[in-house]
Amino acid sequence: MVVDAELGRFGDLLFGSALAVYVLAMILHAVEHGLLRRPSPAAAEARVPVGVGGGTGTDEAPVAPTDRTPRSRAERFGRMGVSLTVLGFGLHAAMLVVRGFAAQRVPWGNMYEFTAAISLVAVAAWLVVLRRHPDLRRLGVFVLLPVIVLMFLAGTVLYTQTAPVVPALRSYWLVVHVSAAVVSSGILLLAGVASCLYLLRAAHEANPGRLAWTSRLPGADVLDRVAYRATALAFPIWTFAVITGAIWAEAAWGRYWGWDPKETTAFIAWVVFACYLHARSTAGWRGRRAAVINVVGFAVMVFNLFFVNLVVTGLHSYAGVG
Amino acid sequence: MTTTLPQAPPDDAGPTPPSPGPARRLLALARNTWRGLTSMRTALILLFLLAVAALPGAVLPQRTPSPNAVDDYLTANPTLGPLLDDLGFFDVFATPWFAAIYLLLFVSLIGCLVPRSWEHLRGLRVEPVAVPRNLARLPHHAESADDDDPDAVVERARRRLRGWRVAVRSEPGGVRTLSAEKGSLREVGNLVFHLSLVALLGGIAVGELFGYEGQVIVMADGSEFCNSGIYAYDSFRPGMQVDGTGLDPFCVTVDGFRATFRPDGQPDSFDAAVRYQDAEAVQRGDGAWQSHGLAVNDPLRVDGERVYLLGHGYAPRFTVTFPDGQQRTGLVQWRPVDQATLLSEGATKIDPPGVTDEAQRRRSQLAITGLFAPTSSGGGLVTSVFPALNNPEVAVDVMRGDLGLDSGRAQSIFSVDQGMVDQGRLVRVARENMRPGEQITLDDGTLVRFDDVQNWVSLQVSHDPAQTAVLLAAIALLGGLTLSLTVRRRRFWVRAAPAEPSTTDRRTVVSLGGLARTDRAGYGEEFARLAADLAPPRDEGPPAPSRPTRDDDGEDDDGR
Repeated sequence: MVVDAELGRFGDLLFGSALAVYVLAMILHAVEHGLLRRPSPAAAEARVPVGVGGGTGTDEAPVAPTDRTPRSRAERFGRMGVSLTVLGFGLHAAMLVVRGFAAQRVPWGNMYEFTAAISLVAVAAWLVVLRRHPDLRRLGVFVLLPVIVLMFLAGTVLYTQTAPVVPALRSYWLVVHVSAAVVSSGILLLAGVASCLYLLRAAHEANPGRLAWTSRLPGADVLDRVAYRATALAFPIWTFAVITGAIWAEAAWGRYWGWDPKETTAFIAWVVFACYLHARSTAGWRGRRAAVINVVGFAVMVFNLFFVNLVVTGLHSYAGVG
Repeated sequence: MTTTLPQAPPDDAGPTPPSPGPARRLLALARNTWRGLTSMRTALILLFLLAVAALPGAVLPQRTPSPNAVDDYLTANPTLGPLLDDLGFFDVFATPWFAAIYLLLFVSLIGCLVPRSWEHLRGLRVEPVAVPRNLARLPHHAESADDDDPDAVVERARRRLRGWRVAVRSEPGGVRTLSAEKGSLREVGNLVFHLSLVALLGGIAVGELFGYEGQVIVMADGSEFCNSGIYAYDSFRPGMQVDGTGLDPFCVTVDGFRATFRPDGQPDSFDAAVRYQDAEAVQRGDGAWQSHGLAVNDPLRVDGERVYLLGHGYAPRFTVTFPDGQQRTGLVQWRPVDQATLLSEGATKIDPPGVTDEAQRRRSQLAITGLFAPTSSGGGLVTSVFPALNNPEVAVDVMRGDLGLDSGRAQSIFSVDQGMVDQGRLVRVARENMRPGEQITLDDGTLVRFDDVQNWVSLQVSHDPAQTAVLLAAIALLGGLTLSLTVRRRRFWVRAAPAEPSTTDRRTVVSLGGLARTDRAGYGEEFARLAADLAPPRDEGPPAPSRPTRDDDGEDDDGR
């Protein structure tokens, strides 16, 4: 396998550009957030978008008033932030494509690429949410922050040069298993953010004196629904990732399940998200408790990515770091 | 799982009941325990406990995949380590407390699944519920006037609603109604998912009972391995019902092995050329061998067993020429101590030929022990700089004396018995670095030559009779899960009433109503399409599609 080092460096350049554009987009969203007026309780009630979470798409969004009145400053900043996010997404996607061509394989063969791919999926999921529910734009800063942290860690701590993968990874299951893990992790990142914000916002709604800044967030019910939809979408994909991982392990390691640290943590995450989905449809567990479980699940995913790859030695030690 | 009220209703609802007999009390206790166990709340707590209990399995080293790491941990933590060991923290997934959690969880699951499946089957036979009195109150609603009579309208709706479960009823005054339901697949998926979990656990258990796993090292020089019994393996892990007899006696011959490495020493490919005979061919004895290229990610599947290429290493070949001219050749695998450079250590042990006197034999056994570097750094202290056989060199001590092979104590094939050395019964007689072809002469005239290097491969044979069943259960699980999370349960109602001649010249007033019973989005669009087909807005009629509707009709009422 020939590695095109020149192309690999171009990929690094694209990665840096994407990260910079995301940072700029986050700043614009932060300004947007700062400019938003705190709504009076009545207005807050009215602003909980009726159509949010609905499937009928953008036509339910309250666009009518904004078309007539000149755009507020907050809105202009927010729109710029979205445009930059789209630009960053393009650069980010191009980076992975370039990296794949440079290494002549799928661009998720080590931890740097894996983390970059997860961030890309998270941004993609965010853009899909935005397209269907533009009024959630004010969440931009909170979604971009973890993405930027992830990418920063990927670019500094986890960075590895373009290279082919070890024989154990040369299998079409690398395409199937790891891409499923990437897609589900990216979507679960969004779900985790939504549940964290839900907890803050719900605390504010229970006692309006606390966490006053969260009054600029969408209502707790909206955040709850975003978290649920994202998790309900990602959970079967995560299940698929675990199952294909077991199929691959059967071919590569001689058993379909062997309690390798990565397998164990994937199992724990699966159980926690199963808990969340059950809790959300159980009286007395909806709302705060379910959201806490989802945040725990998110924490397990982060643990799985960093601790298990970097600290624990197991069969999944493909990080290529160090 | 069953939905129960947070507090189960008290047993004895009556005021001050006559004190029940002990049998009844016992029955009540059992019933309450069962109810508690199968309640959703208990299941949730058990599920969460399962995650918490599995956590040490991810954080602490575990005996099953990595016994050496456990030993290292125990050495590093002399106080905490043994305590954790006693509690089973290094073998989490085999501990009684872990088993207790998942067994209780599965009991709870089954206790809830059975009645729920039954209920679902019964529900399928029940007709869709009658049309609500006031359809305009539903989240989705439309109204229109029609030229056909109510019967024709309902008939048209019935044809349109193919695939829905439909019931047509009549109301007083010539009103015809139609109730339709769709999405029972959601519950089917939900049940399939949970039943598959039970099947999956059963499959895993069968595999643990009747499966086995054995590792063996085979020289890649045409050496043969036959799956004839436990003795053929270097290590063997039988399932609880496996006694090592009745294995499928297939045979594998390893003809060659090739590893390639990238310039930085990273492995690029491992391939072993093997031939094999399945059990049937072995019994026929006609010597028909089939070829297979054994590689990482590409096991050999024969007779329900799988043969894997797990690792490889080097075996230096030494020839010892004794003073009387007799020769003995030793070829034993040495074990890699550094996976990156494949620097290996080992001990090649040789018995002198033709010595019948036990005492004499115990004075003249030889062991060639030390380090082997596939690509030697070339210095006086041998180290390896590359894993391929570019510049092989050994740095060996030749020991003579009593190897202790007949002492009755087990000893490693990779080292000499240090006890013998300490007692002075095994003495070093030479220390030398050698390249292939080089030899040294011992004080008694014995020649020790380093001939060449042979590859060995480490093979694993795995057997799991339930593996396919587990895979099928996993596929069913995924299918059921996907259905249960994507299918929407929804209801659709039509009421066709004869129109009052005074208000319109149409014959029939058609009202439609819709309700999504789960909080998945998207029913709004489907309802709009249905409404457009069944109650199209008329120019002169009242505006048909009513308010833009909220899509989420409250919460998921799955009640799991």
